[in-house]
Amino acid sequence: MSISEDKIKQLKEMAKSVRRNLLKAIYEGKMGHPGGSLSATDILVYLYFSKLQIFPEDPSRKDREIFILSKGHAASALYAVLAARGFFSKDLLKIFGKINSSLQVHPDMTKVPGVEISTGALGMGLSVCVGMALASRMDGSKSRVYVLIGDGEMQSGQVWEASICAPHYKLDNLVAILDYNKIQLLGPVSQIMGIEPVAEKWKARGWEVIEIDGHNMSEIDEALEKTEEVKGKPSIIIAHTIKGKGVSFMENTARWHGGAPTEEEVKRALEELKD
Amino acid sequence: MGVCEQNMIGVAAGFARMGKIPFTSTFGVFASRRVCDQVSMLIAYPHLNVKVVGAYSGIVSGNNGATHQANEDVAIMRVMPGMVVIDPADEIEMAQAVKAIVEYNGPVYLRLTRDEWPLVSPPNYQFRIGKACIVREGKDVTLIGSGMMVSQCMEAAKILAQEGIESKVINMSTMKPIDVEIIIKVAKETKAIVTSENHNIIGGLGSAVAEVIGENYPVVMKRVGIKDIFGECGTNEELLDKYRISPKHIVKAVREVIKKRH
Repeated sequence: MSISEDKIKQLKEMAKSVRRNLLKAIYEGKMGHPGGSLSATDILVYLYFSKLQIFPEDPSRKDREIFILSKGHAASALYAVLAARGFFSKDLLKIFGKINSSLQVHPDMTKVPGVEISTGALGMGLSVCVGMALASRMDGSKSRVYVLIGDGEMQSGQVWEASICAPHYKLDNLVAILDYNKIQLLGPVSQIMGIEPVAEKWKARGWEVIEIDGHNMSEIDEALEKTEEVKGKPSIIIAHTIKGKGVSFMENTARWHGGAPTEEEVKRALEELKD
Repeated sequence: MGVCEQNMIGVAAGFARMGKIPFTSTFGVFASRRVCDQVSMLIAYPHLNVKVVGAYSGIVSGNNGATHQANEDVAIMRVMPGMVVIDPADEIEMAQAVKAIVEYNGPVYLRLTRDEWPLVSPPNYQFRIGKACIVREGKDVTLIGSGMMVSQCMEAAKILAQEGIESKVINMSTMKPIDVEIIIKVAKETKAIVTSENHNIIGGLGSAVAEVIGENYPVVMKRVGIKDIFGECGTNEELLDKYRISPKHIVKAVREVIKKRH
């Protein structure tokens, strides 16, 4: 069953609000990663508001589904989504990146309800999900494990190790989503350390590969639905995204990989993201 | 899990987060050097209940040479906040240590050798994390060893006894958290300590003991260990001799500390 127009509208509104909140958090914290947080926002909003079986009032409930933000640099987006979903108060976003804060610039699972594993040292999340998917299967659970990885991360060896491990164990309860915004800290991924052909690489390693526009809610919906029919192998959704999506001057540039906007800049950004 | 140690540590973290008690098993060099960041960030930082096991610890690595000699694993693991580091002395202690770390909820590094070493644990021995064991009584000097070096300390104690020097021998199998109490006690009693480790003398048992006596009750001490150099191939006996961690080198160190003691 495809997603309704109403639901899409609702999710789009939510994504806009999450974008505003994450930018405010980064502005307050004077540090963060706006580019990769904005590129991941629509995927996160879809997962948390239309997909994951999760329980904000009991975050560790045994039958929950798991999402891991392997690209921990997009923490501001994850926090804004978790707050909107009721894991903690939105007021908390004001302490993002500040001393004594539970909201570290990269998520710390011991400090934040809803964060399944601490990430930020890139390249590690997919392996963790392999372990979780194996444990889940061992327990006879039907719960699925989702992980968002970055394209910069795809350069790391551990991702490749995990990419042969998940098909080896036929983990059809594992879904990876690649936030393919094509820009990393110092410039275009293709110039720094090219990863193409991405789809072929994952296919050759035994994954079901689906390519989508990572800002299109109905494509995200359709792709995730499709992964549920895949048997005997893991799935990866290659989500083509735009770094800095939603804020004109932050789009498609490495300039906004990391750092915080000035007061003037955040005003402009919030103006663009008005309802 | 294949030659994918980074992935293995991640998988273990995932298992632990789901309530399992994973043991990862590989050579000590890979468990420490290769996956240092993974162990630190995925296990120590979130304080997950993973037991990292490293075999072929130290210089005695089945004639595989420097590539397989984990002479820095204790140092690497010891600096990770919250990590427990255990180097059992013999198979009796190993069996008990495995049970104890299953009971303990938190990250542990367990160091193994793959060869047989003499038994040193007393009858009715009961291993406890963080508790050292006196395996030989003596009043003249204290030998503190970990892992297979405890048996080398016992050998050294025999030689010293023939010279009329009675050594107290301590099995410091848990190097973190270290048994501070017993170190201060033996420092007061014998006023001379020799540590022996199958590890670089930097960052391992000798350093840990020196930290305790330096801050609490300074006495003369000497560290027997690998002198900050890489190893090579050879039989265990040849390696212990060449890298100066055999019983005769412990004996030499004891003579030196006794001479220096006031």
